[in-house]
Amino acid sequence: MDEIQSLMQGFGVALTPTNLVLMFTGVILGVIIGVLPGLGGANGVAILLPLTFGMAQQPGGATSAIILLSCIYWGALFGGAITSILFNIPGEPWSVATTFDGYPLAQQGRAGNALTAAFTSSFVGALVAVLMITFLSPVIANFALEFGPPEFFAVYLLTFCAFIGTSKEPPFKTLAAMMLGFTLAAVGTDPVTGTLRLTFGSTRLLTGFDFLVAVIGLFGIGEILLTLEEGLAFRGAKAKLNLRVVLDTWKELPRYWLTSLRSSAVGCFMGIVPGGATPASFMSYGVARRFSKDGDKFGTGMVEGVVAPETAAHAAGTSALLPMITLGVPGSPTAAVLLGGLMIWGLQPGPLLFIEQKDFVWGLIASMYLGNIAGLLVVLTCVPLFAAILRVPFSVIAPVIIVICAIGAFTVHNALFDVWMMVVFGVLGYAFKKLQYPLAPLVLAIVLGDNAEASFRQAMLFSQGDLAIFFSNKLVGFLTAAALALLFWPLVAWILAKARNR
Amino acid sequence: MTEQREERAAFRIKSAEIVVSALFLAAGALVMYDSVRLGATWGDDGPKPGYFPFYVALIMAAAALVNLARGFLITPEKNAPFVLAGQLKLVLAVLVPSAIYAAAIIWIGIYAASVVFIGFFMRWLGKYAWWKVAAVSLGVAVAFFFIFEIWFKVPLPKGPIEAFLGLD
Repeated sequence: MDEIQSLMQGFGVALTPTNLVLMFTGVILGVIIGVLPGLGGANGVAILLPLTFGMAQQPGGATSAIILLSCIYWGALFGGAITSILFNIPGEPWSVATTFDGYPLAQQGRAGNALTAAFTSSFVGALVAVLMITFLSPVIANFALEFGPPEFFAVYLLTFCAFIGTSKEPPFKTLAAMMLGFTLAAVGTDPVTGTLRLTFGSTRLLTGFDFLVAVIGLFGIGEILLTLEEGLAFRGAKAKLNLRVVLDTWKELPRYWLTSLRSSAVGCFMGIVPGGATPASFMSYGVARRFSKDGDKFGTGMVEGVVAPETAAHAAGTSALLPMITLGVPGSPTAAVLLGGLMIWGLQPGPLLFIEQKDFVWGLIASMYLGNIAGLLVVLTCVPLFAAILRVPFSVIAPVIIVICAIGAFTVHNALFDVWMMVVFGVLGYAFKKLQYPLAPLVLAIVLGDNAEASFRQAMLFSQGDLAIFFSNKLVGFLTAAALALLFWPLVAWILAKARNR
Repeated sequence: MTEQREERAAFRIKSAEIVVSALFLAAGALVMYDSVRLGATWGDDGPKPGYFPFYVALIMAAAALVNLARGFLITPEKNAPFVLAGQLKLVLAVLVPSAIYAAAIIWIGIYAASVVFIGFFMRWLGKYAWWKVAAVSLGVAVAFFFIFEIWFKVPLPKGPIEAFLGLD
């Protein structure tokens, strides 16, 4: 029961007045970010990350900083449901499935029920995932302490191959986007020898492309441009949320316990796999429809149809942090930004965190419990306020968001060049989204590129250039084999489909 | 947006696919060229600096070739519009001022540029009254000034106006 004791210590770290204030600030900011078009979890955290540089310098400050940023993430996860249900605009890709039944419910005047169901099941999903993190992460971290460069490279390989095997985008586009990320990561100083690479004589490129700027441009500016195509006004349902509606919905919810349980399981499992939250929400919606006795009424406004995707999405979004804190491999773009934050604050993500930074890790895990409680309280009480934000006309909100993005990009390195790069990344993000080039593997490759390359080269040095090192023992062999299986899965699926049609 | 949208396609998926994958191919070639210059082979003390980027770029170029081929194979009936003319106009109406805004920061600082940028948007796209335009754009800039310069002590680029007001 070491975990319980560590967790209690974590609560001691997280429950200071400063950290509680940061928690609520983070959640409120996060919900606003989740509601606004063009600001999502990933780039919201990216924009605010530079503001924590100073905070993290103080003793215990890194814990406060991660609490602030992770609570922004929880808030954004909650916020996505608000726009999906009231405006039929999914704030985040994983809230798309929530619109199927959430918006019809809102049109029938039952927006309050839909929102309460969404928030509560988000909370339940997150809770299950945090419980899993609490008990599983020390085990995984302990296990990963034995990892050498070949094992780490195999884990990276598995992460990236999982994108190709599981993403709904065409595999060759996923591959191209991912490799572009690795290329951008390689620009600047070579991590092993210090040689300048791909700078083409430009001093601006000495430090390479910063993933924060890429995230702000790709997700922020790109998203604004996409939103603009839909026009300048949002029309949404009225949100009325009072205690009676909340209690009524809560009375109804225990009926769907099996759906919740199933969706939590799907979410936890998919969240560990990179890019999992969005497929998890669709998958659990599909599963719920198949198993529910009202399955054929799904899509017309069933509370169960809101419960399933929201539970899974929140469980997946939360469990995406498990590989991040135990292995240093993030499961989602937002987790990738948080991981980048850790590196900037001078913490080396990975299994050693559990030994060297006990307070930090357990403070973070404890704050996941508290942050989600804070999140549930905030969204249940303040929905009308947040919905009002979306009624601000786009011609006012769009330039303000672009200004915020520009400030965020500038503060990363105090460089104006980054603001220009942000605009370029914005255009890329817009074109990529429209042509189905996935952005998540691109961002993850920029964040992990240097580490992946370093572990690959160390492993190669170790083995004198023999690739057989990636099969040299059971563990690394299993990881590599699993990675290759995922990599070639689209090909196998394609051949099977062809064979069946014949 | 209640007014009639222009439903004519500005350009179609096929050309967009071809252009983007050609750009990927060009980027791959450029990276491979620079990696070879740095040495993409196996040196005395392990892989040279260009080793990893070279193979990354090679895979990128190969994937781009597949995407390019698939782009050319898009049949006319599947060639949906990439963006409609009316949509493109709106997108450019944001993109071009944003680019000018990003460039203008260097001369007039981020606060003055933001005031002009937000004001321009509200007046041109939103058709707001001048006093509303002034209130929102100045209000946002002043709020950001307090948040960043005073609260978080993060200095942002300033221009001649701040210097004149003695805020620099």
